[in-house]
Amino acid sequence: MTHTALSLRFAAPDVRPGAAPDFSQFQVPVAGEMPRPAIDATPETLRDLAFGMIRVLDDTGQAVGPWADMPDLTDDMRREGLRHMLKLRAYDARMLLAQRQQKPSFYMQHLGEEAVSCAFQRALRPGDMNFPTYRQAGLLIASGYPVKTMMCQVYGNDGDPVRGRQLPVFYSSKEHGFFSISGNLGTQYIQAVGWAMGSAIAGDDKIAAAWIGDGSTAESDFHAAMVFASTYRAPVVLNIVNNQWAISTFQGLARGGAGSFAARGHGFGIPALRVDGNDYLAVLAVARWATERARANLGPTLIEHVTYRAAGHSTSDDPSAYRPSDEDACWPLGDPVLRLKQHLIARGAWSAERHIQAEAEVMAEIAAAQRKAEAIGTLHSGRRPSPAEMFDDVYAEMPPHLRRQRQQAGF
Amino acid sequence: MATEILMPALSPTMEEGTLAKWLVKEGETVKSGQILAEIETDKATMEFEAVDEGVIGKLLVAEGTAGVKVNTPIAVLIGEGESADVAPAPAAAAAPTAAPASAAPAIATAAAAGPVEVKVSRSPDWPEGTAMKTMTMREALREAMAEEMRGNDRVYLMGEEVGEYQGAYKISQGLLDEFGPKRVVDTPITEHGFAGIAVGSAMAGLNPIVEFMTFNFAMQAIDHLLNSAAKTLYMSGGQMGCPIVFRGPNGAAARVGAQHSQDYAAWYAQIPGLKVVMPYSASDAKGLLKQAIRDPNPVIFLENEILYGKSFEVPVLDDFTIPFGKARIWREGTDVTIVSFGIGMTYALEAADKLAADGISAEVIDLRTLRPIDYDTVLASVQKTNRCVTVEEGWPVGSIGNHISATIMMKAFDYLDAPVINLTGKDVPMPYAANLEKLALVTTAEVVEAVKSVCYR
Repeated sequence: MTHTALSLRFAAPDVRPGAAPDFSQFQVPVAGEMPRPAIDATPETLRDLAFGMIRVLDDTGQAVGPWADMPDLTDDMRREGLRHMLKLRAYDARMLLAQRQQKPSFYMQHLGEEAVSCAFQRALRPGDMNFPTYRQAGLLIASGYPVKTMMCQVYGNDGDPVRGRQLPVFYSSKEHGFFSISGNLGTQYIQAVGWAMGSAIAGDDKIAAAWIGDGSTAESDFHAAMVFASTYRAPVVLNIVNNQWAISTFQGLARGGAGSFAARGHGFGIPALRVDGNDYLAVLAVARWATERARANLGPTLIEHVTYRAAGHSTSDDPSAYRPSDEDACWPLGDPVLRLKQHLIARGAWSAERHIQAEAEVMAEIAAAQRKAEAIGTLHSGRRPSPAEMFDDVYAEMPPHLRRQRQQAGF
Repeated sequence: MATEILMPALSPTMEEGTLAKWLVKEGETVKSGQILAEIETDKATMEFEAVDEGVIGKLLVAEGTAGVKVNTPIAVLIGEGESADVAPAPAAAAAPTAAPASAAPAIATAAAAGPVEVKVSRSPDWPEGTAMKTMTMREALREAMAEEMRGNDRVYLMGEEVGEYQGAYKISQGLLDEFGPKRVVDTPITEHGFAGIAVGSAMAGLNPIVEFMTFNFAMQAIDHLLNSAAKTLYMSGGQMGCPIVFRGPNGAAARVGAQHSQDYAAWYAQIPGLKVVMPYSASDAKGLLKQAIRDPNPVIFLENEILYGKSFEVPVLDDFTIPFGKARIWREGTDVTIVSFGIGMTYALEAADKLAADGISAEVIDLRTLRPIDYDTVLASVQKTNRCVTVEEGWPVGSIGNHISATIMMKAFDYLDAPVINLTGKDVPMPYAANLEKLALVTTAEVVEAVKSVCYR
């Protein structure tokens, strides 16, 4: 009998700071090559869609292949999509500067990931519910939620709808289909499946969208959500935003030996798509396909949005400590804003001059909203939530001991 | 008009930083968003951007300067053609922020009773005359882990961001370099998963130290902590124990909201099978963590983010541990006993100083461990002072203070001259907004008021 000393694999990213960025192992399939199956196709016949990449915009800005076939999508709708992304980027830029002035204590930006949430929202209907994580504020922007209200939440001022009770960027709007955000990662994923099951049990026609990052798919909640979604065929779209980095942890640590995150769907019999997350039209196309399936009682769809977190995880993070500082510039899928801009110009529906003008208009709009928000207050000044409300909403009805505490506090 | 550029706070808990490098020169025109400087915090090096347009009039802080407090003016921005010499005026105006004028008469009136002498108690945990050095809580925790890992190759650290990132709060700084990735293990984001892995490995004979990024996240692993780690030795008839340390920040930090601010001291202290430690000082943190790593039982080691950067005197000894179940008397006193632990000690000690000026002599006891708990030290003190106030940041129902009060009532009822007061956080989830957060926590003023109340003053 022979004895072999046992060993383990310790996964590590291809490069660390000091080395040149290297995406040579990252495959970028040709745009337009993936088939677009019927929405009632069986998961077994969709296997390749979890390992390839659905891409619509090619290198010249042309929309190509079966997923580009969206005859109702007018130039106005495409320009609106670009404007949503510009707005989200401008909002992030202003809030980042505001954080440096300590107007909020903390902020998280979307740089490089704007297409995912901005495009996905366009496939939803009023009443549908998102269970988002940190980098999906595009769901709010694209649904017309006021930027000023978002800023008030970030500042925790008296205009904040959640009354200074939540961290910056933890927005919540039932009306705009934005549940809330859990700081404890992953919990929202199983809750989204539960919400979708509740909608179906109640005989409603509203669907849910679950959101999670690549790193948090390691949480047990992700796997429990997949079991329930699969078993009950819940009307939910299960989104994984693979932005390559969970703070300093590269995506391979959570992915393990699987070729992609989308492949997680196969063991559960859930149709799974892997999409170019920096391609606005591709995200929109797969979002439409998946929501249509959910609405037709065909069950859940898993979508892996492949993108790149170009900035730090949050304002407290410095990514140059764990990845090459110029890695974002080498990301093979490019910038979602520039790619949609190139597409619109190629269609003759946009120009470089109009783009510069649009950027200026959007920035002026955001700056005006910021002045209005700051006229109410910031973290350290102005009108802030009253301590009188601090004891509200602990229970549906305020118990006597909380009423006494409020009175002792002088309210 | 000249504008001052202030030292930015780059994270909610940053109080000071190093101005590592200026990327602009005096006289240079800057645009909004342009990077002005690189600033090092205890967590990372970050770039600092200009908010307004203008010309850099003067750089007030030289590059390489460490310990620059947040909101200190570091440069002056002027308009085109303006002189930089107008700059110092606003700085001078901002300077006098001493005690509000109203405070002075209040202290004078109270002082009529005469201030009491302050007796600072010596720690009994190391020999008298031991050399001491100043160290932060952060450094003490790292030293404790490094020393124990050098001494026992079955000890390993695992958790989110403990390796490459050097710990979310930089507690594991340098450990990956020294011990390698097999003993400083970065995990996927699954508290439920890695706590289960660690418990299994402890049952297989290793001595894991599990870092939770905060104890709030340990809720996702609670089944492993309570149903497995705490109970398996009993359930297996003494066959399989679980020598493991679960450690990380616990309780409120600053502006981190309801889901990152909970104090779990009373929760874990309720569970038989666990040992529960909650240090206040760096020396206690070091001695108690070393003890925890050597303990054959599961230990819950509750740290505090605000205390991580605080400095204390730590004995210079090759090896020292502090036994569990021994409270530390930080100040001796005769009029009232203040019992606290963890960051609650900050308020207890501040209050004791203020009370001394008012002629009230407070004895301040740091419990240090909550399971086992040192009842004897508390009871002996109450038998001397006849009054007691407990201080903690957790919630009022089922608090450690409740338990201390019940014990005093059962064991020393006849010695009490006043009902014991339990000071805790307010009975609400932690709000985010700074003004609300401050109100939700226990304060030094509340401690002073409670002590005066039990002293009938």
